[in-house]
Amino acid sequence: MSYIRPKIRHPETPINDIGYTRKNYEGSLSTLCAGCGHDSISAAIVQACFELNIEPHKVAKLSGIGCSSKTPTYFLGNSHGFNSVHGRMPSVATGANMANRDMIYIGVSGDGDTASIGMGQFAHVVRRNLNMLYLVENNGCYGLTKGQDSATSDFESISKKGVPNPFEAIDLCGIALQLGATMVARSFSGDKEQLVPLIKAALCHEGFAFIDVMSPCVTFNNNKGSTKSYEYVRDHIETLGVVDFVPMKDEITTHYKPGSSQEVTLHDGSVVRLQKLDEDYDPHDRRAALDKLKESQEQGKELTGLLYLDPDSKELHELLGTTQRPLRSLTEEDLCPGVNVLEKINLSFQ
Amino acid sequence: MSGNRINTAIKKNLVVSDWSSTDIANPEYFHKVVDCQYACPAHTPVPEYIRLIASRRYTEAYMVNWESNVFPGVLGRTCDRPCEPACRRGRVDEEPVAICRLKRVAADNRGDITDLLPEIPKNKNGKKIALVGAGPASLTVARDLMPLGYQIDLYDENALAGGFMRSQIPSFRLPEQVLDDEIGYILSMGVDTHFKTRVNSMTELMSKNYDAIFVGTGAPRGKDLANLSGRKEADANIHIGIDWLGSVAFEHITSIGKRVVVLGGGNTAMDCCRTARRLGGEDVKVIVRSPFSEMKASPWEKEDAIHEDIPILDNHVPKAFIHENGRLTGVEFEKVKAVYAEDGSRKLIPLDEKPVLIPCDDVLMAIGQENAFPWIEKDIGIDFDQWEVPLIDELSFQSSLPNIFFGGDAAFGPKNIITAVAHGHQAAISIDAFCKGKDIHDRPAPLTNLISQKMGVHEWAYHSEVSDDDRFLVAQADKNNTLVDRKLEVELGFDEQQAFAEAQRCLNCDIQTVFEEVKCIECDACADVCPTDCITFTEPETEETLRTHLRAPATNQEQALYISQVLPTSRVLVKDEDVCLHCGLCAERCPTAAWDMQKFLYNVCKAGQINLLDPLTRNRRN
Repeated sequence: MSYIRPKIRHPETPINDIGYTRKNYEGSLSTLCAGCGHDSISAAIVQACFELNIEPHKVAKLSGIGCSSKTPTYFLGNSHGFNSVHGRMPSVATGANMANRDMIYIGVSGDGDTASIGMGQFAHVVRRNLNMLYLVENNGCYGLTKGQDSATSDFESISKKGVPNPFEAIDLCGIALQLGATMVARSFSGDKEQLVPLIKAALCHEGFAFIDVMSPCVTFNNNKGSTKSYEYVRDHIETLGVVDFVPMKDEITTHYKPGSSQEVTLHDGSVVRLQKLDEDYDPHDRRAALDKLKESQEQGKELTGLLYLDPDSKELHELLGTTQRPLRSLTEEDLCPGVNVLEKINLSFQ
Repeated sequence: MSGNRINTAIKKNLVVSDWSSTDIANPEYFHKVVDCQYACPAHTPVPEYIRLIASRRYTEAYMVNWESNVFPGVLGRTCDRPCEPACRRGRVDEEPVAICRLKRVAADNRGDITDLLPEIPKNKNGKKIALVGAGPASLTVARDLMPLGYQIDLYDENALAGGFMRSQIPSFRLPEQVLDDEIGYILSMGVDTHFKTRVNSMTELMSKNYDAIFVGTGAPRGKDLANLSGRKEADANIHIGIDWLGSVAFEHITSIGKRVVVLGGGNTAMDCCRTARRLGGEDVKVIVRSPFSEMKASPWEKEDAIHEDIPILDNHVPKAFIHENGRLTGVEFEKVKAVYAEDGSRKLIPLDEKPVLIPCDDVLMAIGQENAFPWIEKDIGIDFDQWEVPLIDELSFQSSLPNIFFGGDAAFGPKNIITAVAHGHQAAISIDAFCKGKDIHDRPAPLTNLISQKMGVHEWAYHSEVSDDDRFLVAQADKNNTLVDRKLEVELGFDEQQAFAEAQRCLNCDIQTVFEEVKCIECDACADVCPTDCITFTEPETEETLRTHLRAPATNQEQALYISQVLPTSRVLVKDEDVCLHCGLCAERCPTAAWDMQKFLYNVCKAGQINLLDPLTRNRRN
């Protein structure tokens, strides 16, 4: 009988620049079904935060309802967390972010939480370019309620029930691109080599970073005929190339042949580098990204990689001109600057 | 991060030669994973008996031991414990499991085992064997051969059996009753004992027409410093350690001077100094040539000596025995320091200091011991090397005379009890084969068994939870009492609760992680959940290359990598066995049961293939 993770770790477990091991970024032992893709994503988030030397207490994890939204319990156990109402994670994230811009916000949602009940909220958080990582753990079914087709379930994909889905799927990456998301990527839970650098880039991106991660549901949607099974995704995956994330402090040492790689420098000086398989693809071109998505879809392929990144993104605080400091640090003096200031303001209206 | 490596998903046509997957069908693969058992010369199934102790099945735990190592009660107090430095717990925690002292718990709490002992046939098989020396090696041969119908004559010069277990190990470490009980199980099988009978001639013994003779006479000659100045003059107060210990054990010696110098740094030196403290030695010192850290004595024996107010002076080389009027007054030493050459060899370089004089009344020399066979005639066909060590076949323990076998310290020089027992088992197999006219180099394979421990989704037939406890210390009796009573056992042993808690520290390394490629869907769940980062899915490479780019580098070359066959994504699963906690989480998080936790029993085959671990045999016996 376990459900208990031993406290012992590898004696030579790596230590990051701020003195933490991966253990400091772990959460409770997962209670999801064994083999759930979501657990791999949790592990990827742990790895990314560890490698980025993020202080766990500077992270807020936000989620809605669903299997995906349970996962924040299973990573970053030393961070802040808020498990909100179904589909309402974006409002809670917006409020939290507005109140304290110093935190790193990780929103974890699912296909139901985002593409069905939360669609309205999702649209607006994208549009506002809230500075956060919004990660959808997309398994194409409602796993928590026994595997009904979700809004991202592909047309004619067959779930465990055995009935082909009669509806077209919502492509969340396409919608995010259309609504003006400033970073859009798609990945696969079974490909951490791609997913971890994408999460790192997303955490360093200033603005709304959206990652749609195909994450097989082993219990209800990993059968033959499903387009979200481990086997199907692996067989149909098409990647735009290998994403590499180089933190600001590191020197770039590897070189690719010209034309095959493209580098994007983020606000903090770190570099996202795309080793492209398609030399003509430009991750700064939103329209091209939409075209490429459509093209892959028509060819029955699952396109993964960094689809779009706007390095000049202006996030919500910048757009609104809010205070530079977290609200909690504002004193009475800051908030009630006194009669003199009031008079100045009044005079400005005369 | 390995982003600059080509994405595995697009690397399907990979061809890598020069690597191979692990053959888990080879019993030695999983045997090696059970570090303690692998390190034990007799390959005692340690985790198996530790689990039995945890469930208070002491008698069964004792029998698992008895089957392998013959003297659980003795070894639970005195073993050199090669298992403990090997224990996996020592690689992930401060200290290994207290395996040795848990063995004692099984021995101390066992019930009556007489019904569990093998039956001795009334009708003998007509073969007669002589055993020379009644130490652990000979007794093991007797234990293994008596149930097969052999008639055995056991010779020893002393009045009681036990060999060096009796003469060299002081009673405060090993109570006589413990020894008597365990020797009794063997002698009561009907061994014909010839005590107080010193074998003075091999030729004479051979003339008695034995079918085979086993020599288990140990390494009875203690080394001397014959050339040191004053050695002869002060002889009355200079004693050879092992002889002196024997004389104490048989109560020929009952006292010693107040000031005693013990020369030597091995376990015999520790037994000498502690015995001297009990015989009237008030100022007892151990003085050793080498640095303290390189002394041969087990660390715990050094601790016990220091605890009894015995200082250990290192880097002192004895130069002369000082005497006045034919009486020893002290020993003179030269101080040295250890200097190491590049190849690791050590030299003791004298310091330019005045000689150190340590005044004393008696000296005990425990500077080593060696084999001695003055009773074996040199012209009868038993070959010896230039150092008068017999030439023995390492597999069969046969000498150059086909019907004469050696074992224990007599075979390859001084080692320890558990090694002597291991020799005894192997020699018994050889003697049995020899007497039946079989090829003695055709060794029986080990008896192994691999059984799934799965009971439910999160349930295993073993306690998979890993204890966070530190190693428990064994309580000792009050020094004021033990130092005045030579026979009062110092260690009190674990009580049942401590034993349970210590047993829980065992990582159950015999519960193997067994991987079945065809079931794996490569969801990564096992790699994600493994607390010690043992599991990696990666491109196949040579083992050497793999070791460098696993999730955690596999730097311990002693420990194997478990490499699967190629999986559908052209990758392989690689598990570094080094620090696996055997917690079962990989198997619990596996959606397809591609991982399973399976108990691997490995039992070295004994003469006649009695196998108590085999459930069928065990049931028949009960």
